[in-house]
Amino acid sequence: MLETATILFFSFGYMGFLFAIAYIGDKHADMGRSIVGNPYIYALSLAVYCTAWTFYGSVGRAVRDGPGFLTIYIGPTLMAALGWLILRKIIRISKIHHITSIADFIGSRYGKSTILGGVVTVIAVLGIIPYIALQLKAISTSYLVIQGYPEIVMPRNFAKIPVLQDTAFYVSVLLAVFSILFGTRHLETTERHEGLVAAIAFESIVKLIAFLSIGIWITYSLYNGFGDLFEKIRSEPEFRRLLVMENRPGAYIDWGIYIFLSMTAVIFLPRQFHVAVVENINEDHLKKAVWLFPLYLLAINVFVLPVALAGLLEFPPGVVDADTFVLTLPMAVHQEELALLAYIGGTSAATGMVIVETVALSTMICNELVMPVLLRLPFSKISQRGDMSGLLLSIRRSGIAVLLLLGYTYFRFIGEYYPLVSTGLVSFAAVAQFAPAILGGIFWKRSTRLGALWGMVAGFLVWAYTLFLPSLVQTGLLSSEFVTEGPWGIALLRPFQLFGLEGFNNVAHAVFWSMFVNLGGYIGVSLFTRPSPMEHTQAALFVDVFKPREEFTWRRTASVPDLKSLLERFLGEQRTRELLSQYADSRRLDWEKSLTADDDLISYAEKLLSGAIGSASARVMVASVVKEESLGIEEVMNILDETRQVIIYSKELERTTAELKAANERLQELDRLKDEFISTVTHELRTPLTSVRSIAEILYDTEDIDPDQHRQFLGIIIKESERLTRLINQVLDFQKMESGRMEWQIQEVDLCEVVSDAVSRTDQLVRDKGAAVRIHQPEAPMPKIPGDVDRLIQVMLNLISNAVKFCDEDRGRIDITLSHANEKVRVDVQDNGIGISPEHQKRIFDKFHQIRNVNKTRPSGSGLGLSISRRIVEHHGGVIWVESEPGAGSTFSFELPVREASDAG
Amino acid sequence: MTADSRKTARLAALFLLGWVLFNYPMLSLFSLNRLVFGIPPLYLYIFSVWVFMILAVALITRIKDNTPDDRR
Repeated sequence: MLETATILFFSFGYMGFLFAIAYIGDKHADMGRSIVGNPYIYALSLAVYCTAWTFYGSVGRAVRDGPGFLTIYIGPTLMAALGWLILRKIIRISKIHHITSIADFIGSRYGKSTILGGVVTVIAVLGIIPYIALQLKAISTSYLVIQGYPEIVMPRNFAKIPVLQDTAFYVSVLLAVFSILFGTRHLETTERHEGLVAAIAFESIVKLIAFLSIGIWITYSLYNGFGDLFEKIRSEPEFRRLLVMENRPGAYIDWGIYIFLSMTAVIFLPRQFHVAVVENINEDHLKKAVWLFPLYLLAINVFVLPVALAGLLEFPPGVVDADTFVLTLPMAVHQEELALLAYIGGTSAATGMVIVETVALSTMICNELVMPVLLRLPFSKISQRGDMSGLLLSIRRSGIAVLLLLGYTYFRFIGEYYPLVSTGLVSFAAVAQFAPAILGGIFWKRSTRLGALWGMVAGFLVWAYTLFLPSLVQTGLLSSEFVTEGPWGIALLRPFQLFGLEGFNNVAHAVFWSMFVNLGGYIGVSLFTRPSPMEHTQAALFVDVFKPREEFTWRRTASVPDLKSLLERFLGEQRTRELLSQYADSRRLDWEKSLTADDDLISYAEKLLSGAIGSASARVMVASVVKEESLGIEEVMNILDETRQVIIYSKELERTTAELKAANERLQELDRLKDEFISTVTHELRTPLTSVRSIAEILYDTEDIDPDQHRQFLGIIIKESERLTRLINQVLDFQKMESGRMEWQIQEVDLCEVVSDAVSRTDQLVRDKGAAVRIHQPEAPMPKIPGDVDRLIQVMLNLISNAVKFCDEDRGRIDITLSHANEKVRVDVQDNGIGISPEHQKRIFDKFHQIRNVNKTRPSGSGLGLSISRRIVEHHGGVIWVESEPGAGSTFSFELPVREASDAG
Repeated sequence: MTADSRKTARLAALFLLGWVLFNYPMLSLFSLNRLVFGIPPLYLYIFSVWVFMILAVALITRIKDNTPDDRR
């Protein structure tokens, strides 16, 4: 005997059991031993798709339309085949970007748009509330039906039952408590709730076992198998239509549209997105789930038709609502345990849906509606608040309570006018509006935020006009002429025959028009608008998620303490510390020590925050502590702009190539110069050596030699040896200077003495060439400078001998001018020689550089003189340069500072 | 073509096949007012295709995937 007490005991006992499972699941997760981390639990959690609508409503639909109920499960079966292509991509993207809901996904894809996230949330909430109401209605109805046992009475007019005596009310409260306990236990960056998933998987097992038990019992106990049932039903001519396709013009189109609808629903319903994407632990679980889940759907549908047919055969027409056959059939034949099982199965189907749906929706409401508004309100001062995690949790908890309250209210006032299936399909049609924005979003980079926004809003408005408004007619809120005559009597605007489209089922009709304007708006507006740089970046990240990631350089910095306190406010102190040390460990960094966060850390923090408050809000919060270096967001985004980046890369490449080429040429030139230098030096060494040797040979071979000549020869040998020594000294000097081993003897130096000393030393050389040297010096005494006398004399010797070298024979004039100004002394050595061409002027002080004579003969000298001079002058803190015009002589000048003594080296 | 994209291509093809098999006009061929093995041919057909789809998806996804997967 089924007492009310028994029923209530089982009802609440079942709920208690659910609490226990969820609790165990959470405890295991806390200890790091996940009990839901396998593909079977994952597939079972996907079966939250099967709600009370499946459990009770499929039979009802089979009685009305025949095979049409199957479309709702064929769609997901087909989608499973595409799961590897679509769902895996969505999962991958969501994991990388810490996506928390379908609204977050769409908002994030289109440039982390707050508006889009909000719109999706509004559509989802408005579309899903009736669906939640439907589950409450199923629970309430089944309770009232089973309570009447052994009588079978159809409950009518729920509105007359006082709220406090309504089981649905208590169930709503219990469900709210459950969802709050296990759906908002703490704030997680991943939004995963293992206890919740464990409970959902358990509910999936319960509803499957319950339905299969009843189906098997009815088919094989009450009747003699399928054949018997079908034979019996065929003997009743009015029921034969249930075994074939509907015989009306639009039937097949409706069929196709329903399949499409359920394909979108199985991924894009907020609860499906939640279990399939957000709660997914391992992408590989999808591999098994893509066939396990359709198998589950197949199993739960096998006995739908037999139960429907048995109900038709058992009950007189019109007495018992076909939506309750699953429950009333066992009751009619006094199978109390089966009836109770059916009741529990139906309850589990309904509760599972409500729990996940409210958790998913409350996350959306919190992250996409409430937080963006709070963060932007200037007077709320929320962005200055300390710990935000408590606030976030309370928003979500209130969200769950409000959702259940709304669902319950809807059920009390509107829900009873609708059969189970129609309400569910209305919700499906609402979430189908997300399909273009999501599918387009992960495959079509060019789609824009405005396109998605326009498409979804237009589609949703058409949905509201063709499905939602007409539902108000049945409640009496709108006059029935609205549906039959159209608004203001305009027949073309009749909501069920919009623009005269007839022959479609109401839902199929609404889906056609809403998808038409949705897709049209999405594609059309996308093609005529430009994505912002942020959208462009997000589009590339979403569409190319499987391609190797390019590292974008963002010029963002933030102070680590700022970033840390921001995270702490939303995630709590301990969690923040854990997450940051994880980050530091993975990159072998010591973040405690560094004060500036680089872009990598900022992105990491933003993703963590996204998990808690959604991408759009996270962006706003992170932006509040981030300094964008010199470049504004626009410019940074522009750099990210793909084409631009390619151009920048190629330009950079060109520049680098050019630099390399120049460097290479320079190296080759240096190499050539070195070769030349070596050959010059060796040549220079060989010339005196040769003359020394030949003269020595003459002296050796010739026995009787004139003493005068003997002396002359020896003089040449001495002179040539001196030249050799000088050359070798020069090379050694240069080498010393190059390697920094030169010893400098710094003392007070009078530059006039240096000049006259040098001139007297070169006296012979100048006279040999028939040139004349004149010294011009100021009347006032020259200041002394700190320097190395010998080295400075060397500079002068080099300049004078250089001037002599290029002077015309016999007409050479060398003017040496001393001057001083601005704490500097200056020496100019002017000659009237052949001059130096501009191209040579630039490089004349380079080592190994020699000016070739016009007739291309090898120049005399090592090519080191000027280079050594420059080094000496520079060592004294001065500069040396040349001014010249070809044919008009040249002036070599150097300037030395008076006070600034160079470091004595 | 990697093992992964081969898998995706096969599953996409299977989806297209399934779409055709589950729709008009294929369904109309089986929408007959009689029984085959004691079962209406339309239901027999739909459930057979359904089983076929599940088996095919299971077989295709079971094929060894050699691409390294770094995400766990």
